[in-house]
Amino acid sequence: MQDFAGTFAHSVGLILSGDAELWAVVLLSLKVSLLAVFASAVIGLPLGALLAVGRFRGRQAVIVLVNALMGLPPVVVGLSVYMILSNSGPLGVLQLLYTPTAMIIAQTILVAPIIAALTRELLEGLNNEYAEQLRSFGVSRMGVVATLLWDGRYGLSTALLAGFGRAIAEVGAVIIVGGNINHVTRVMTTTIALETSRGNLALAMALGVLLILLAIMVNASVAALGMSGRAAANV
Amino acid sequence: MAGAIWRIWLGLVVGVALIAPAWGAGDFIVLQSTTSTRNSGLLDAILPVFQADSGTEVRVVAVGTGQAIKNAVNGDGDVLMVHARAAEEEFVAQGWGVERFDLMFNDFVLVGPVGDPAGVAGMDDVVAAIGRIAQSRAVFTSRGDDSGTHKAELALWQTAGVDVAAQSGTWYRETGAGMGTTLNIGIGMGGYVLSDRASWVAFGNRQNHRIVVQGDARLINQYGVILVNPARHPRVRATAGQGFIDWLLGPAGQAEIANFRVRGQQVFFPNAK
Repeated sequence: MQDFAGTFAHSVGLILSGDAELWAVVLLSLKVSLLAVFASAVIGLPLGALLAVGRFRGRQAVIVLVNALMGLPPVVVGLSVYMILSNSGPLGVLQLLYTPTAMIIAQTILVAPIIAALTRELLEGLNNEYAEQLRSFGVSRMGVVATLLWDGRYGLSTALLAGFGRAIAEVGAVIIVGGNINHVTRVMTTTIALETSRGNLALAMALGVLLILLAIMVNASVAALGMSGRAAANV
Repeated sequence: MAGAIWRIWLGLVVGVALIAPAWGAGDFIVLQSTTSTRNSGLLDAILPVFQADSGTEVRVVAVGTGQAIKNAVNGDGDVLMVHARAAEEEFVAQGWGVERFDLMFNDFVLVGPVGDPAGVAGMDDVVAAIGRIAQSRAVFTSRGDDSGTHKAELALWQTAGVDVAAQSGTWYRETGAGMGTTLNIGIGMGGYVLSDRASWVAFGNRQNHRIVVQGDARLINQYGVILVNPARHPRVRATAGQGFIDWLLGPAGQAEIANFRVRGQQVFFPNAK
């Protein structure tokens, strides 16, 4: 297996080469996954907070459902989104199939439950601590939700990163709804799948190493932001 | 502070809504094709030439023939380029396609390990060769994915009188995957694989495998090209799609196919009439 030994040198070479096609793929990966995480945050943060604070009938059932949806199989999500966006599907008129937007939709379906579930978990703990205090100040329920989201922001960044990890590493859904079209919907994971199927194992692995480096960079930036934020808060 | 949170949230909603549809749709068509034409590099070589000639971008979705036809039936493509004649003719007969044209051919090869446990290397008769593989119960890795190559392989087994469905999971192993994945698995198991020549020549992970049987007339692999029927799917970009088909079948497209080389070898032979 000389492939394995050659992989690291290969990936360093790839990064240094500054190949425009490669960077276009890397950028599209980042763009799609970051937008999916944004969209998921928009859905997941308030949903998780409402589940943490709200007291309504069926709340436990919704919590169980959201937790279970964290395990959605990407291929099934990809197929469902394909069937909905297909020209023969109900939303075919939008002409979104085989576009990055379709990939964002699929990844949002995968990521939103993760963010919602982790948010609920974190804020429920905070709510148990502070609910009485906030109520004594006469804060409204929406106000409580907003306050908890703000207080939990450092913990919530981990929830967002978990969602980002799922999105950037995912291949099953985006290859179906994106079609892995060169220069249009080809991202890092689908390129890895393609190069593997071409038997270019060293190149595929090198791309994998690059993907991991990218994930480390994103996580490090968030960690750095968190640290400077906390430092500022303590001043 | 609570107000600030909701304003941030609103900003996110608006931001995502604004950015998401920003990917423009220029002049393009979607080609539903098979992995062999993409993985060999053929499409990467000829499509830029067509785009320069016509200004039309061709977006390729490369899947197995079965899935490509299914996607085209759903109207998720403008042109279909696959290699399973019977299925293509049925696609047209049912009204999903306008007309089928012969485009080009390549051929299948039987790939096996250097050790050659079934002793088939160098045989001219592919049916006799796979009969011997069945008899010796040597591992054979099949696509098992309803692709053009899979259909061709099943037809050969039928001619050889071997019921492979009954052997599934023993020496006959169905990967349910594309050509490259099946080659990777077959090579890993030291098995025989039926591959199209283009995918094999372009394949980068051959290890100790090589072509053991080739040249039988029954191994010819004909590709066809079909415009998806705009009468069935009004959103089909019929004019641009027909323009692409005309180019492929005309002298310019046929010459591009003939001039394409993988590692110095011609693997596709144009034969439009």
